[in-house]
Amino acid sequence: MFKKLNNIGDCGIVCDFGDEVNRAVNANVIKLFYHIKDEISKGNLHGVLNYTPSYNKLIINFDLSKINSSKIIDFLKSVDFSKISFSKKNKKLIIPICYDFEMDLENMCKTLKMSKEEIISIHLNTDFFVYMVGFIPGHPFMGDLDPKLFLNRLKTPRVKIPPGSIGVVEKFCNIYPYESPGGWNIIGRTPTQLFDKQNETNPCLLSPGDTVKFKSISKEEFEKLANE
Amino acid sequence: MNNYFFNVLRSGINTTFQDKGRFHLQHLGVTPGGCMDFKSFSIANALVGNSLDEGVLEFAYQGPLLKLEKGEIKIAITGNVYFQIVKSNGEILDGECNRTYFLREGDQIDILATKQSAYGYMAIEGGFEIKSFFKSVSILSRAQIGPNEGKKIKINEMIFFKRPSKNKKNYSAKVLKNVKNVIRVLEGPQFDYFSKESQKDFFSKEYKISNLTDRMGMRLEGLIIKNIKNTNIRSEGITKGAIQVPADGQPIVLLTDYPTIGGYPKIANVTSVDYDLLIQKTPGEKIFFSPIKLHEAEQLYKEHLNSISEIIKNIKEIN
Repeated sequence: MFKKLNNIGDCGIVCDFGDEVNRAVNANVIKLFYHIKDEISKGNLHGVLNYTPSYNKLIINFDLSKINSSKIIDFLKSVDFSKISFSKKNKKLIIPICYDFEMDLENMCKTLKMSKEEIISIHLNTDFFVYMVGFIPGHPFMGDLDPKLFLNRLKTPRVKIPPGSIGVVEKFCNIYPYESPGGWNIIGRTPTQLFDKQNETNPCLLSPGDTVKFKSISKEEFEKLANE
Repeated sequence: MNNYFFNVLRSGINTTFQDKGRFHLQHLGVTPGGCMDFKSFSIANALVGNSLDEGVLEFAYQGPLLKLEKGEIKIAITGNVYFQIVKSNGEILDGECNRTYFLREGDQIDILATKQSAYGYMAIEGGFEIKSFFKSVSILSRAQIGPNEGKKIKINEMIFFKRPSKNKKNYSAKVLKNVKNVIRVLEGPQFDYFSKESQKDFFSKEYKISNLTDRMGMRLEGLIIKNIKNTNIRSEGITKGAIQVPADGQPIVLLTDYPTIGGYPKIANVTSVDYDLLIQKTPGEKIFFSPIKLHEAEQLYKEHLNSISEIIKNIKEIN
């Protein structure tokens, strides 16, 4: 299943699943992620601190005073992917979006030679898959958008993007959980909170492997939900 | 909440609560964080008789000025720090690092500056009264996670502690300064993205630490490192101490508050044994990188941890 297993520093291992980015490759990354999570909840793999899936890799960070690279590689080589079941753990979510808060739709219409309505309708009809969460807390990288909506990053990234902003680049869609700089094309905003630090057991709305569909809401509904 | 507290008369530049960090959350975008200098952090807690996991105050460059408003408490300051204790009767004592002091009500502790280093620590006996998030009291100010609403300590805030000191004896530890400027590293996962010449340069030429350095990363200035493959890679998970090289060819070392995912190729990774040494370097200082093998790095780290345990074991009572 792995193309390569390498150390990254003296307290990290990279599990490389190959160069392709698609759901099948990512599904295996996420399978391994849940498998490690299960092992840790059973009290195994003592010393493993983090296990971070990305599109085609999983990086394991550990405490070198408790475990080392060779023990982790032994564990990884013993993993039988055909015996890991994880599909039931994934959530299907509907996230509201208000397209009135767009910042780039007009330019997108020009570049893509499409109307606003067409772009919105493609976005609303896409079943998004959460490839990974990260960079900052709660920030999801989702795909896959129709190739018709393929766009590059903005030439000059914005210094400030309001929290909840939803952006697209290439075949991916993201949601900014915090106010932050960013270069994605902003098509709308959600009132849904992606990271809740009051919730100690489950602070993050989305996890790798979840699926998301967007639901269009008006400005009034946005304000109502934002104040809840 | 009890009544024992310090008042913050000056906050310092970057004063936060830190412990060993927050784990099992990187897949949700939450970086582990925690103390920058694990050795100084551990010795601070050991000196005041705490568990080595207890949260402490971490400061950088200029530290805070704290007035003990209520209670009596034993403290220890570690790192390489210039500080004074201003007694309530006006008497001023020059402070020594790596030993404890017993503070009485009205005393002030004035942490003026770190000397030729970046980070220092203040631990108090019994620990601070702070709320943890995911089993850690480390403040991650970028995402506003942790105690004090995840924010840096500000002027006029009150810092509460769990209980007054019980043990009035003072203790000291013997800590030798590490003045080396060679940082040992392992080759990174994209080492072969860089030209043979740049690989050689990276391991032989000096790199200067720039002003753009904080808890998240350290930008270096030196010979341009030439990428011969691709200046972007598919975003992947990050490890503490990863040295990434963006398109401009100037390396960035990712430090304790690193972004959880990154998309630049990594030429090398700082070894665990030399991490504390690296993060104490200040802007303008020059360093060299030297490659070692994984098994050496593992052995050296074991010896490093043993040396910390020895320091802690040899903590002695003083008068």
